Amino acid sequence: MIGSATPAEAAAAEVSAPRARGPWTGRAAMLATYAVAAIVLFGAAPAMLTDFRLRMLAQFLCVAMVAVGIGLAWGSGGMLTLGQGLFFGLGAYIMAMHLQLSSAGPSGRPAFMVTGSDLPWWWELFRSPATALLGIVAVPGLLALLLGLSVFRRRVKGAYFAILSQASAAAFALLLISQQNTIGGSNGLSSFRQFFGFALNDPVNRRMLYFIAAGVLIAMVAVVHQLRRSRYGELLTAVRDGEERARFLGYDTAMVKVVAYVVAAVFAAIGGALFVPIVGIISPQNVGVVPSIGFLVGVAVGGRATLFGPVLGSLAVSYAGSTLSEQIESGWVYVQGFLFILVVAFLPGGLGSIAAVVRSRRRRPAADELPRGVPEPDAPDPEPTPADVRSGGA
Amino acid sequence: MREDYLEIRDLRVEFDGFVAVDGVNLTVLQGDLRFLIGPNGAGKTTLVDAVTGLVPATGSARLDGVQLLGKSVHRIARSGVGRTFQTASVFEQLTVLQNLDIAAGAARNWRTLLRARSGIPPTVELAMETTGLTALRDRPAGELAHGQKQWLEIGMLLVQNATVLFLDEPVAGMSGEEREQTGELLRRIRRDHVVIVVEHDMQFLRSYADSVTVLASGKVLAEGTYAQVQADPRVQEVYLGPGHTAEPAPALGEVL
Repeated sequence: MIGSATPAEAAAAEVSAPRARGPWTGRAAMLATYAVAAIVLFGAAPAMLTDFRLRMLAQFLCVAMVAVGIGLAWGSGGMLTLGQGLFFGLGAYIMAMHLQLSSAGPSGRPAFMVTGSDLPWWWELFRSPATALLGIVAVPGLLALLLGLSVFRRRVKGAYFAILSQASAAAFALLLISQQNTIGGSNGLSSFRQFFGFALNDPVNRRMLYFIAAGVLIAMVAVVHQLRRSRYGELLTAVRDGEERARFLGYDTAMVKVVAYVVAAVFAAIGGALFVPIVGIISPQNVGVVPSIGFLVGVAVGGRATLFGPVLGSLAVSYAGSTLSEQIESGWVYVQGFLFILVVAFLPGGLGSIAAVVRSRRRRPAADELPRGVPEPDAPDPEPTPADVRSGGA
Repeated sequence: MREDYLEIRDLRVEFDGFVAVDGVNLTVLQGDLRFLIGPNGAGKTTLVDAVTGLVPATGSARLDGVQLLGKSVHRIARSGVGRTFQTASVFEQLTVLQNLDIAAGAARNWRTLLRARSGIPPTVELAMETTGLTALRDRPAGELAHGQKQWLEIGMLLVQNATVLFLDEPVAGMSGEEREQTGELLRRIRRDHVVIVVEHDMQFLRSYADSVTVLASGKVLAEGTYAQVQADPRVQEVYLGPGHTAEPAPALGEVL
C-alpha cells in the first residue's frame, strides 16, 4: 500500500481533531435557523409592523428571492449574474399583464392602451391564470436555458459573462421603453385591482400577499439548501473552481452551470411576479442595469457562498436603502456603490465569511506545524487553463 | 480477457504554422508502463492535449479501435481517457472525499445528483486506501501537501474508470520515498490500464519504465526499453548536443 506510514497518515491524526464540529454547526443549527426565520416572518413581523411597513417588508422579500438565486449561480457556481433584472422583469411583466387583463374583465383591455389600437396577441397568452403562472416560470426558464447553453458552450465566463448578462438586462429595459403602445413604455404597468380574484385594496388580501412572499422565500432557501448539500452542489463548486478539470473527468460542464443559472432565473422571475401585486407597479426602471446591480449588492455584502448570506444581506441592504433614501434622496446610490467596493476589496466572501476567515486565521499556525513529507511548492497551484497545460514540457 | 490498447497514427498538431506534433505514431498496450520523454518543446504535453481533446489535431487516435479525435473533452473522458496535469489540479475547496466522489460520478443521472451522498462508494473507498488518503478524507484538497495532491489526482484517475491514463510529471516535487510509492502504484495499475507517463526524472524512468518513447521536435526519435533508448546515439545527440555521442552511455541518466 502506498499509504503505509506516509506523512499523509501521520498528518491525519492531528488533522481530524480540529475539524470536529460543535453541536451547533450541524443539522440542529440548520433546523433552528429555519424555525427562527419562520417565527420572525410569520409571527413577529405581522404582529409588530404596520400595514405600510409590512408591505415594504414584502417588497424586500421579493428582492431577496432574486438574491437567493444569485447566491446559487454566483456563490456556488461562480457565474456573476449582473443582469437578473431581465428575468425579474419577465416574471413581473407577465404577472402585470395578467393582472391588468383580469382587472379589466373578460374581454376588457388594459387601462393604458389607446382606444382603437389592437391588443397584441401575446397579451392574450396570459389572460388565463394558469397560462400566466406557467409563463412566469417557463418563459424566463427557457430563455435562461437557451442563453446559458449558448454562452457556456462557447466557454464564455468571468467578466465576459457578467458584461453579457448586464447587457441583456439593459437591452430588455430599452425594449420595454420603446413599446409605449403595447406594454406601457417607460411608465410601465400599474393600477391593478385584483390578484387572482382577490381585491388588492383589501388589507387582509395584502397580508396574504406578504405571507405568500414569506413562504415562497423560505421554500427557495430550502431548495438552494438541498442543491448545495447534494452531489450536484459539490459538482457545481468543482466546476466553479476547475471547469477544465471537471471536463477531463467526463462532465459536460455547460449543463452543470446552466441548471444553476436556470434556477436563479426562475427565482428572479417569481420574485418579480410577486413584486407586482405587492408594490402595485412595474416599470423599466425596475428591471434595467441599476436594479440588476442592486440585486447583487446584498448578495455580495451578505456572503455569496453561504446559504443565508444572500437573503440576509439582501434584506439588510433593502432596509438600509429605504431608510436612507427617506432621509437623503439619491444619496443611497452612492452608499450602495461604496458598500460594494468595500466588501469586494476587504471581505470578498461577504459578512457571512467572517466566521470562516477568523477560524482560518486561528487555525493557520496549527496547520504549519503539520509534518509534511515534501516541501510546499513555492506558488499555489492554479487551475490548469489550456494555456497552462500547453506551456511547460510540451 | 481482452487487452486494451491506444493506437495513435500520424498525429499532427499545428499552432499558427508551428508544428508541435509532427506525424507521431505510437501504440501502447495494456500492461506496458510507457514513459514519454524528450527535451523541452518536444511535443509531449501537446500530444497528450491532442488525444484528450484540448487542442485540435489531425491523424487518428483510437482507443480499442474507437476514434477519439474530434470529440469534445468530456466525451473523450467518458470514452475512457483520463489525465493528470503538471500542476496538481484538484478541486481545492472540496474535501478529498468530495474530489474522489466527483471523479467517480460522471455517469450519474440527475436523480442521484440531486441527492446528498449517503455513503462512500466502494470505488472511492478503495482509491483512498490505495493512495493512502483515507485518514485525510474530510480535509479540503487545498490543504494537502504537494505529494498528497498528486496522489489524489491519481486516485481521481482510478475512480474515473479510465482505460487510458496519461500522467504528466506525476513525481515532480516528490521526495524519494514518495517517488518509490508512486512508482509501485503505477506498476500495479498498469496491469489493467494503458498507462503513459510524461516524465523528466530519469532516475524514476530507469526504475519503473517498461518501455520508453523519445520525442524530439514533434517526432518519435526512438522507442524501446530504457537500455535500448539510452544506447541510441540519436537520443544522446538530442539530449547532449552534437559531439557528445562518443561519451559513455550512463551519462544520460546523470545529465537529465
